[in-house]
Amino acid sequence: MTVRAKTGDGGIILTTAEEVVNWARLSSLWPMGFGLACCAIEMMGAYASHYDLERFGIFPRPSPRQSDVMIVAGTVTFKMADRVRRLYEQMAEPRYVISMGSCSNCGGPYWDHGYHVVKGVDRIIPVDVYVPGCPPRPEALIGGFLKLQEKIRKSNPLTPRLLLEVEGQTA
Amino acid sequence: MRFDEIVAILKAQVSEDKFINMNAEVLQPYVEIVAEALPAIARILYEHPELYFDYLACITGIDNGPEVGTMEVIYNLNSIPFSHQLTLRVTVQRNSTEEELPVVPTVSHIWRTADWHEREIYDLLGIRFEGHPDMRRILLPEDWVGHPLRKDYEVQEYYHGIRVKYENRDDPGAIDA
Repeated sequence: MTVRAKTGDGGIILTTAEEVVNWARLSSLWPMGFGLACCAIEMMGAYASHYDLERFGIFPRPSPRQSDVMIVAGTVTFKMADRVRRLYEQMAEPRYVISMGSCSNCGGPYWDHGYHVVKGVDRIIPVDVYVPGCPPRPEALIGGFLKLQEKIRKSNPLTPRLLLEVEGQTA
Repeated sequence: MRFDEIVAILKAQVSEDKFINMNAEVLQPYVEIVAEALPAIARILYEHPELYFDYLACITGIDNGPEVGTMEVIYNLNSIPFSHQLTLRVTVQRNSTEEELPVVPTVSHIWRTADWHEREIYDLLGIRFEGHPDMRRILLPEDWVGHPLRKDYEVQEYYHGIRVKYENRDDPGAIDA
């Protein structure tokens, strides 16, 4: 017996193009494979078999050209800031940024005396989701991804900008 | 070999005026020498068959601050076959912002490990090592201004358009470049 016969489903789903696009985007968020400090250890833990981010379609890519999301996992030093910005610029749109951990959120323990630390990666690139923690556990990073999926699900990539402005929304 | 025996061997080969001070009553007995005599003394310590200090464990740089007006470099030496230790201290005059950096002769041609140690001290404290083959910053970017571990160090306001200080607490994400 086929599934169709079992559920009585006609094999047709009614939806909007926008929802399909959003669903596709949020179901295969490919992060760029790079880490900056101890947060990256938790990030790697989240990729590995215990937490298995691949069940969400999240699979690190070795190139910014193939990536959809940048996880800034760790302390952003001024020396690294130029590189982070360059990597972000190399990513194709739509691109998202998850700031993982206190250092990347606001400078963390280096906020006052860290002459070498950027006091928040949002001073150099726009951030979509902030994950608090020092370092955040893999559960928290997964939580950050779920937030990002929520944000993508609510986005309007195909609606004309003008219409959104009239309705008081943003793309 | 005991500390006084090591000192006796040194004093037999180096004139008395090269030694400033020595102290055997501390955990790491040290010999304080004039900076110019460092390469010659280091060479003896390295090559003498009874001393044979083949391992330079650490180099430490110290800024004693503008009030005291001195900086120090401390060398922790070990001899692996004889398992004896010696600490060398060198003190130099500290410079103000307009003056040239203080200079200490390099020992990187004797102990290769000194190469990166001296570069780190140059980077963070601003002591030049004369004769070093590659006196560049090792940790901070090439275009960094100042030496951050100095007592009177002031961070630059902007680095490549990014505000350095976390000062706007109401809006810490503000980019005002």
